[in-house]
Amino acid sequence: MNIYLPIAEVSVNAFLLLGLGGMVGVLSGMFGVGGGFLMTPLLFFIGIPPAVAVATEANQIVASSFSGVLAHFRKKTVDFRMGGVLLIGGLIGAALGVQLFNLLKAAGQVDLLVRLCYVVFLGIIGSLMFIESLNAIRKTKAGAPPPKRRQRSWVHALPFKMRFRTSGLYISVIPPLIVGLLVGVLAAIMGVGGGFIMVPAMIYILGMPTKVVVGTSLFQIIFVTAFTTLLHATTNQTVDMMLAVLLLVGGVIGAQIGTQIGTRLKAEQLRILLALIVLAVCGKLASDLLVMPSELYSLGEAGH
Amino acid sequence: MIWLRALLLILAFVLPAQAEEIVADMSQARVAITADFDGSEILIFGAIRREAPLPAGPMSVVITVEGPSAPVTVRKKDRVAGIWINTEAVDVDAAPSFYAIATSAPLREAITETEDLRHHVSIPQAIRAVDAATGAENAEDFVDALIRIRASNDLYQLLEEEITVSADTLFDTSISLPSNLTEGTYRTRIFLTRDGDVIDQFETAIDVRKVGLEKFIYNLAHDRPLIYGLFSLFIAIAAGWLASAFFRYIRGA
Repeated sequence: MNIYLPIAEVSVNAFLLLGLGGMVGVLSGMFGVGGGFLMTPLLFFIGIPPAVAVATEANQIVASSFSGVLAHFRKKTVDFRMGGVLLIGGLIGAALGVQLFNLLKAAGQVDLLVRLCYVVFLGIIGSLMFIESLNAIRKTKAGAPPPKRRQRSWVHALPFKMRFRTSGLYISVIPPLIVGLLVGVLAAIMGVGGGFIMVPAMIYILGMPTKVVVGTSLFQIIFVTAFTTLLHATTNQTVDMMLAVLLLVGGVIGAQIGTQIGTRLKAEQLRILLALIVLAVCGKLASDLLVMPSELYSLGEAGH
Repeated sequence: MIWLRALLLILAFVLPAQAEEIVADMSQARVAITADFDGSEILIFGAIRREAPLPAGPMSVVITVEGPSAPVTVRKKDRVAGIWINTEAVDVDAAPSFYAIATSAPLREAITETEDLRHHVSIPQAIRAVDAATGAENAEDFVDALIRIRASNDLYQLLEEEITVSADTLFDTSISLPSNLTEGTYRTRIFLTRDGDVIDQFETAIDVRKVGLEKFIYNLAHDRPLIYGLFSLFIAIAAGWLASAFFRYIRGA
């Protein structure tokens, strides 16, 4: 059954969109990532104009993240205080990122930069997580106790300390603010929620427990993507409500299923799965840059 | 006598242009884009009215349907340091969002190059690329690429010998509008040619409009963007909450 999207001005199969939404929703619930890093390239692939895909995806992430975070609220695995601090950084970062995006757009190479950003960040984060999780699994299999998190690092030497009870941390607010800011900038440039960067940053830089990370990341993503949606809707009119509804119907259901799967898997297994997915997307994007495209020419709206 | 001869002479020149006239119509002059819009087929048909005996020379009919034009930037990728990036770009002043041309004979038999240039009939002629010509030296490649990409999406269609002409008088063809159609007035022209020269021209239009829910969403997004954005967020939050509550109910029951 094909459906005509009023803003994107293309006709696509409704079940394809429901399926895509559902698939990405499962990942969202499992890992606490918005899934934008997967969905945005997939939407390009099925022929949605990039500007509409990025803006609408932000709206869909709001839905799947909200659906996912409710389950975490009940399990009390959301660190509101940490989420709030990250959010402050995130909103500032997103606003800066939009400015940067427009500057690069004027320079004419924004498409390349977005792709390079994806390849570099997905590559680094994917491999780091993969190696780390593999080591963790090997150690638990060998019977050794799981490695204790380093209790003291440069993170603990900074001023403005704050107690994050849910995470069991007493650290300075500066690292979460910076993490939030950087993720916000990247999120705006890459058109994603930023969960795939946020989750590892929370685990490895802030030293938060994995179970709390997912809920807190989702909580933060809701607000950053809601902000992005409003920004796109008011400045470019590129949010397609029809597309968003189709994606989010699949997405919210998927997120519920994903959350259930997530709580049944071990943290290491969860991380190694996410690492593999991240690496697969990175590989696909890298090959697009390296292999000669079948069509060398592309069309764009004039003035960009 | 001299007056009469002069009049006859003028008539002899003028008559071929007046002797044959196109009378045409379409199966529909409006295309409504609804939520389940999946392309549309338009039947264009007509007849040639003659007030003089059949003139000499092969007769052809050419029909064009042209969507609203907009400027387009065509970019070309090149390998730089191992990766494929956009290097060159050519701005095309105006390219129609949709263009279909149907003929009753092979294109060059149906219309001469001179007439094509004058009336902008064939696909390359329908694209206005003044800047492109003055820009890069290989600008033609960029225009060709534009046509190639749009043709692969069924947006540009060359339907040679797709018009059936019966008894040198009646003609008909059908043009399929693809599902990825944009809103606007689609100019429809019908040319009658003899020996490739245009004898008569008939012009009408197809009105392509979004209706119902499509129209409502589109207008809201453009007229009240803030309300539209907030409404989108409300739907998202509501859907997220509903799904969560629903799944909890299933598990609870």
